[in-house]
Amino acid sequence: MRFVDEFRDAELGRAVAGEILSLVEPGRHYKVMEVCGGHTHSIYKYGIDDLLPANVELVHGPGCPVCVIPMGRVDDGIALAHVEGVIFTCFGDMMRVPGANGSLLEAKAAGADVRMVYSPLDALRIAKQNPDREVVFFAIGFETTAPSTALTLKRARAEGVKNFSCMCSHVTIVPPLRALLESPDLRLDGFIGPGHVSTVVGARPFEFIPADYGKPVAIAGFEPLDILQAIAMVLRQLAEGRCEVENQYKRVVPYEGNLRALEVMAEVFELRPHFEWRGLGFISHSGLKLSAAYADLDAELRFEVPGVRVADPKACQCGEVLKGVIKPWECKVFGTACTPERPIGTCMVSSEGACAAYYNYGRFAREREVV
Amino acid sequence: MCLAIPGQVVEIVDEDNRLATVEVAGVRRTVNIGLLDSADSCVGPGDWVLIHVGFAIAQVDEEEAKATRDLLVAMGADYEQELEELKASVIE
Repeated sequence: MRFVDEFRDAELGRAVAGEILSLVEPGRHYKVMEVCGGHTHSIYKYGIDDLLPANVELVHGPGCPVCVIPMGRVDDGIALAHVEGVIFTCFGDMMRVPGANGSLLEAKAAGADVRMVYSPLDALRIAKQNPDREVVFFAIGFETTAPSTALTLKRARAEGVKNFSCMCSHVTIVPPLRALLESPDLRLDGFIGPGHVSTVVGARPFEFIPADYGKPVAIAGFEPLDILQAIAMVLRQLAEGRCEVENQYKRVVPYEGNLRALEVMAEVFELRPHFEWRGLGFISHSGLKLSAAYADLDAELRFEVPGVRVADPKACQCGEVLKGVIKPWECKVFGTACTPERPIGTCMVSSEGACAAYYNYGRFAREREVV
Repeated sequence: MCLAIPGQVVEIVDEDNRLATVEVAGVRRTVNIGLLDSADSCVGPGDWVLIHVGFAIAQVDEEEAKATRDLLVAMGADYEQELEELKASVIE
C-alpha cells in the first residue's frame, strides 16, 4: 500500500484502510466531499484516493478562498489599485487571479502600487508608514481568516489610522454547503468537514447537514491519517444508518469554536444580503461586509468601486469543478491553456485549488485504478 | 494562504496590542495572540500555537505542533513559500 509508510502511524493507517474496505457495500457508489482545499491538497500529495475502494469517490468542495472569488471582484480590486495615491495590499495568492482585464500582478506591472502582504497587520503597518497615501487591504478568506481582519480593523480604529480601509470579500462556509446540498446535479453521501475553519466556528454550524439533509459529517485534521480516519467515520455512519457531526480533529477543534474570534467577527462584520461566488453564482447571506460601526473603514464606501458583474470565461469550468460535478482533468482547458503558470480559472491559481492539486501531482487524465 | 503553521511563543512584546514573538522553524517573528484570549486564560511563553496570516488561531500541544510541522515540511514548496512570506512580515 503506497504512502502509508509515511503516515505518523503506518500501522494505524493500514488498519483504517482495512476498516474502510470492510464498511463499503459492493455495488453501492459513495460520493464524499472534502470541503477544504487544504484537504484536497493532502489527498493528492499522499495519494489517499489510491487507498480507497474504487466505489468510494472523493469530490472536491468549494473551500479554497482564492478559488471562489469572482472575476468582477478582482476587477474592483484592480480599479481601486489604480486610484491615484492608493497602495493596494493583498495576500500573495490573490495577485495572480485573473479578472476580465488581467490580474493584480499585471496591474502592478502597469504601474499600480500593489503590494503583497502576509498579514492584514502588515497592511496596517504600511498605512502608518505612509500617512500621505491611502492603503486598501483586499480581505479574502473564510472564517479562518476573517477574525484576523476584524482584529486589525479594531486596532486601526483604536489607533485612529485614517488612511487605512478594507475591501471585504470574506465569505462564510455554511451557505455554499447548503447551496450544494440543494443543487439537483450533485448527489453527495457525506462530508469531510474543514479543519481550520472549524477551529473558529466549531462543529455546531455543521449540525444542519445531518439534521436537514440526513448526511454524515466528520471534521478532519490535515494529516493523511486524519483524512483517512474521517472517511472511515463517514462510511461507518452510512453503514450503521446514522448521521451526525463527528469530530476527528478534537485535539484542535472545540465543539463551540473560538468564542473570542466569533465575538470580534460579530462586532466588525455583518452579512451581505448576497454575495457572488465563482461558478456558484449569488448565494444569500454568504459574504461579509463591514458593520455600520466600521463603515468608515469600508473601502467600497470610501472609493468608487465599479461593482460590475463579469461572467466567468466560457472555456473555464471552475464552477463545475467547485461543485464537484466534474473532475479537473475533464475541463477542456485543464493542463493545456490553463496551467498554474498561466491560469484561466481560479482553481488553478492557488495550490489549494483542485485543479492545481491535480496538475501538481500529475493527475492529468485517468480513471481510478482498482485497489 | 490557507496554511496554519506551528510556532512556539517566546515572549509577549506588546501587552496592549496582544503581540508576541514566536519562533517558527528557527525564525522569530511577531504575531498577534489576541484571538486566544478568553475570560480566564491566554497563551504565554512556551505555548505552541498554529499561526495563520500573522495571528495565532489555535493552541496545540507540542506533539501536535511537531506533527503538523513535519506534515508541512513534507508539503515542500508551499510551506517554503509560506515561511518566506512570514519572514517578510513585520508586525509592529
